[in-house]
This record gives sequence, structure tokens and C-alpha cells, in this order.
Amino acid sequence: MKIKTFKHGGIHPYDNKISAESTIETVAPEGVMQIFLSQHIGAPAAPVVAKGDKVKVGQLIAKATGFVSANIHSSVSGTVTNIDLVADHLGIKKEAITIKVEGDEWLDDIDRSDDIVKEIKLSAEEIVKKVADSGLVGLGGAAFPSHVKLSVPPGKKAEYLIINAAECEPYLTSDYRLMMEHTEELMIGVQILKKAIGVPVAYIGVEVNKPKAIEKLNSLRSGYEGIEIVPLKKKYPQGGEKQLIKAVTNREVPSGGLPIDVGAIVHNVGTTFSVYEAVQKNKPLIDNVVTVTGKDISVQRNLLVRVGAPVSRLLEIAGGIPESTGKVIFGGPMMGKAASNPNAPTQKSTSAVLLMLDGESHRGKPSPCVRCSRCVSACPMNLEPYLLKRLSERKLFEESEKNSAHDCIECGCCAYSCPANIPLLDYIRLSKTEVLKMKRNRK
Amino acid sequence: METIIFTVLVLSSMGVLLAVILYFVAQKFKVFEDPRIDEVAEILPGANCGGCGYAGCRAFAEALVKNDDISTLLCPVGGSSVMNKAAEHLGKTAAVKDPLIAVVRCSGSCEARPRTNLFEGAKSCAVMSTTYSGDTGCSFGCLGQGDCVVACTFDAIYINPETLLPEVDEEKCTACGSCVKVCPKFIIELRKKGPKNRRIYVSCVNKDKGGVARKSCGAACIGCIKCQKVCAFDAITIASNLAYIDNTKCRLCRKCVTECPTNAIRELNFPPKKQEVKSE
Repeated sequence: MKIKTFKHGGIHPYDNKISAESTIETVAPEGVMQIFLSQHIGAPAAPVVAKGDKVKVGQLIAKATGFVSANIHSSVSGTVTNIDLVADHLGIKKEAITIKVEGDEWLDDIDRSDDIVKEIKLSAEEIVKKVADSGLVGLGGAAFPSHVKLSVPPGKKAEYLIINAAECEPYLTSDYRLMMEHTEELMIGVQILKKAIGVPVAYIGVEVNKPKAIEKLNSLRSGYEGIEIVPLKKKYPQGGEKQLIKAVTNREVPSGGLPIDVGAIVHNVGTTFSVYEAVQKNKPLIDNVVTVTGKDISVQRNLLVRVGAPVSRLLEIAGGIPESTGKVIFGGPMMGKAASNPNAPTQKSTSAVLLMLDGESHRGKPSPCVRCSRCVSACPMNLEPYLLKRLSERKLFEESEKNSAHDCIECGCCAYSCPANIPLLDYIRLSKTEVLKMKRNRK
Repeated sequence: METIIFTVLVLSSMGVLLAVILYFVAQKFKVFEDPRIDEVAEILPGANCGGCGYAGCRAFAEALVKNDDISTLLCPVGGSSVMNKAAEHLGKTAAVKDPLIAVVRCSGSCEARPRTNLFEGAKSCAVMSTTYSGDTGCSFGCLGQGDCVVACTFDAIYINPETLLPEVDEEKCTACGSCVKVCPKFIIELRKKGPKNRRIYVSCVNKDKGGVARKSCGAACIGCIKCQKVCAFDAITIASNLAYIDNTKCRLCRKCVTECPTNAIRELNFPPKKQEVKSE
């Protein structure tokens, strides 16, 4: 068994998967849910319900506006009490629909049984339409609308379907739990995706620090045609889309390009599971698995949470915020963002709530760059972080563009490896935003 | 001896020949430049701040010389005195413009606006605003990382260590506008300096609803429209829960200042108010 990986850069943080053995528990909805209209990359959805309306679980409450956008469905049954601005975990106010939970009444056409439906009845076009209707977005973190990825643009050809099960981010275990507990559904999900884009073989990339998952996937693989399990080296950011493509296919996505430019389509494990639920069970994306973890939490949790539940409730289930907590992070420690508002609701792409110990959560005092070039060796995108930081500091964004600041995947390897504690990513992220803005204005 | 004479002759004739060539080449490629450009550039302050919208003082001088109508051009640093001098030199007329000054429209001091979290990232407002809403409950207010201080070429803006808010030095500020451009929250505005430096402005940019704004900051404008009602000159407009005083209409009567329940309206450089004797 050959272990694959990407070539340049990467780091080896300790994986801390302390919640790996906690089985997925369902959180019953209660109280008030706040569902954002923009939980994805692209245009925000437009609400189709009004204040005072009664809604059921799975009912469409906001419609996608444009191709790169996603439908939003009610995750609970109850009354719409408000459509107003709500602060997300970063304190940024976004439009959200507030629903007061009353009972748990589902739409009739959603199959809620535990039966596994193997037979795929829909055609390729119907699958893509179903995925779009169900409001599916990439659950790996970026929340890119899934149907856009499945619609291969004319002139391009999909050759590889890669399922991203690397879960290289420390602490996160939601994908791992899905692989362990819903293996069969995942396999069917992969078959559906294969049918939708018309490729004969799908590759599931799993990091080797999850031997049980690899074993489980391998044991079930024989029942399905055209599924390859690709063991990947444990290295961060192995689950970065471009890194994963490089590892599995040895092809490099060109600067500014999309995976489809090299014939690859990547979907996350969480998304694949949702595709199964949407296509076979007619269930839109209304819940996702959220890991609630931290070194001092009494019980580690993997919770199946309805979209829009307040995070404070999840923390309550996990036994409250311990005294030793320094910061609350939405997502993993590498790419997640520290929440300035821990009362924010969860979103479709919320993969974890991490409570970092106070001792681990502070940054060191920055000192001048010593030109050790560790950031250059660590960058998986072959960029020069020290240079980009200096350009960004001086607001030389045109120069940043020449040095490909927009190719940064914000993995944080540069800042992690910097012995001088320089907040490299902070500056590069600024350049990236400005460069992308410049590029948009030029069009 | 012969060698010396020969050398001198050859060198001097070469010199003459090259001088003749150079003369004709210089005539051929002569670029005429208005001598007034340099003269006007001498008059300008020479700060090269870019406040006029041109690349530097020389570029601005060029614009002054080339444009017939210079009423739209202004050197904010020199103000009307420099503009008049330059216009006089060129035989043109400069528009009369009131001197401006930068005002920081945020009163969210540490007391009024308690910090809710700790920002440890790069010390830059631009970085902070791309990361999240800020380290206080107010997502509109000053981030206090001092991008405006860095941008100011005149050393006219500094962070007050007590309030952690930027303050403008009235003597030094030239209204070049570089702080206005650099502020990611659009807090700094150029306003009329006013007679005797007296001016009134709404020191808040919070567009949240009254209750929300008040909860996050004690000095926030809550859009209660009391100031609008009391203003006799229609100078105050309220848009999305935020009052704005039009400084072309404001007559500095100070009625709105006393009316504001949160003290979001600021008056500067006024003498203290006389105690009003109430007739009973």
C-alpha cells in the first residue's frame, strides 16, 4: 500500500483527535434558531417566508439568487419570529431568519427511516438538480455550493472524483465519525456523485492516522464498483483541495484555476453523506456533525446539530466552558476562526467548536524577521510568505498580485512555522482580499 | 614637443566637433517646459502628501499651470493663502474654500465601549477589519490599531493612551485626507474647520438600531431624532439610525449638543456655556 502525499511544504502539528471515539449524538432542537441567509460562497439567498409564517422541518425558507448561491431550508418546525441582522461568530452582522421552535414536524416527503436505499433512481441531471434544490454546500469549510462543482463547464472533462476524507485539521473528528458510523451511506453517496459527473472510478483520500476508517472503508469497498481508497501521509494541509489533487493524481491546479482545469472534482465526506441524504432520502441540508472538543472539556462530543442552533447550547451539552479556556474557535485550530461572539448560531459549514486552553491560545510577541525562510519551506502553495507580508504591510497590492498572493489557501503553515512569531497570514489574508477585489474590478 | 602639439590639436578639434553635434541634437530634441511650473512648485508647501489628488507638489503645479480654470483645484495643506499666491503668480483666480480639518467620528472610549475580546493579530486596522468585527460590541467603531497614525505624514494624529481613540492635532492637521482614505471603518471625515476652529459634529458612525447601539457603546448615536427636531436650520439628517450634521447648514447654535441623550454630538473649541437663569 503506497502512501501518497503532496510534494512541497506542509507541517506536522500534533493531531489531538481526542473526540475520535465519541459516537455521534443527535441534539434535539429547542428554543430559538437563527438561520443565516448567506451560509455559502456566492450571493445570499432571498427569504421566501415572512414574519409570523409557520414552517416545517425541511421547508424552503430562502431561495438561491443566481447560479453560485444555495437554497436555505428550515431546520426546525415553528414560527418565523423575525428576519433581521444577526451577528455571526465573528461579530459581523448578516441577515438571518429567526424561528421559534414548536414541536418537531417534518415535511411528509422526507424519508426519516434508517433504511439504507441502495438503488439510484435519478439520472445525472436530476441528481445535480436535486443537490441544488437541497441547498448543499461543501462541508469541508469553504461552503462552496455543491451543484456548481457538479456542473462541469462545457469544454472541460471530469476524469477524477476525489472524496476528501483526509481531515488533516487537528482536533476535528466529525468526518471520521461519519466514516465509522455511516460507511454504507457514504459509499452510496460516492456512487451518486460518480453517476452525476460520469466518471468510472472515485478515490477516497484518507490520512493514515485513521487506520480504523481505512479498514472499514476497505471492508465495504468490495460491495461497490469503482471505489479506490488512497491512504495519505499525515501532514497538514493534506485535505486542502489542491494538495489532495496533487497527492492523488499528481496534477497541479494552475494558479488562479479550479480543480476542474486538471479534470478533478473534490467533495468532502460530509458533503457526500449529505448528497446521499438529499438524493435517496429527499432530505435537504438541515443538519451537520459538529465536533465539540477541547483538552479540558469533561466529555468530548460529536453532535448532529440542526443548522442555526446557538453554539452556547452545544457548549452547555458539553458541560459548559471550563475556567481554563482561552478562546473559542469555530473550526479547527489551524484554519478556524476565534469567535468573538460565542452565542452565534451554527452554520452549514460549522465543523467544530474548539475550546483552546488559555496557555495555548495566545500568540507570541512578534520580533523582526530573521530570514530563516521556514515559511517558504512550509508553504504548500509555493509562495513566499515573508515577501507577501512585507508587500502587504506597505500596501503594494499590485506587487502582491505578481507574487500570487491570491493563491494563498490560508492554511496558516507560514505563521505556524515562524520562529519570530510574525503574524504572516494576517497580512497575506489582507493582500489576498485586496488582490481579489482588484481582479474583480478589472472585469 | 611635437607629440604635445599634436595631442592638443586633435583633442580640441574633437571637442569643437562634438560640441557642434551636441548643439544640433539638443535643438532637435528640445522639450519645452513652462518655467512657471517650477516657480509655482516653489510656492507650494512641498509636502508631497497627495492631498490634492496629484502625485506630488510638482504634478499639482503642472496642473495649476496647464488648466485654465483652477477653481476645482485645492492644496489642502497650503489652504487659501497658498492657493491665492499661486493663482496670483499665474494670473488666474483660485476658488475661495473654507479650511478643512479631519474629525474622528467615534467616541467609543474604553469606558463607553468595554472591550469584549482581545485581538492579538497584526497591529493594523486593515488586517483587523478583514478578520472580524472588532474587539468591542460595536462593529462600526474605531479599531484603535492606528492605521491613520501611520498614514499621517504631518504627525497630526495620535492615539490617546487613555481612550485608545485617535485624536487630531488641530495645529498640525492639513486636511490632506490620507487618514480618511486609510480608515477601513470610514470613521474619519474632513469637515469645515469653522470660525475660531469651532465645530459641531456627530461623533459616531454606528448604524445599528438604538437599543443595540446603546448596549454596545454608551456614547453611540441611537437615532432618536431629538437633535433633528431641535435644529432650526435643517442641518441634521438621520439615515439608518444615525444622525449627520451638514456643516454647510449648521450655524453652531449648539442646541443639538445639549439635546443629545448619549452625548454623541460633540462641540469643539466653544467657550463654556453661561449658566442659564431660569425665570420662574
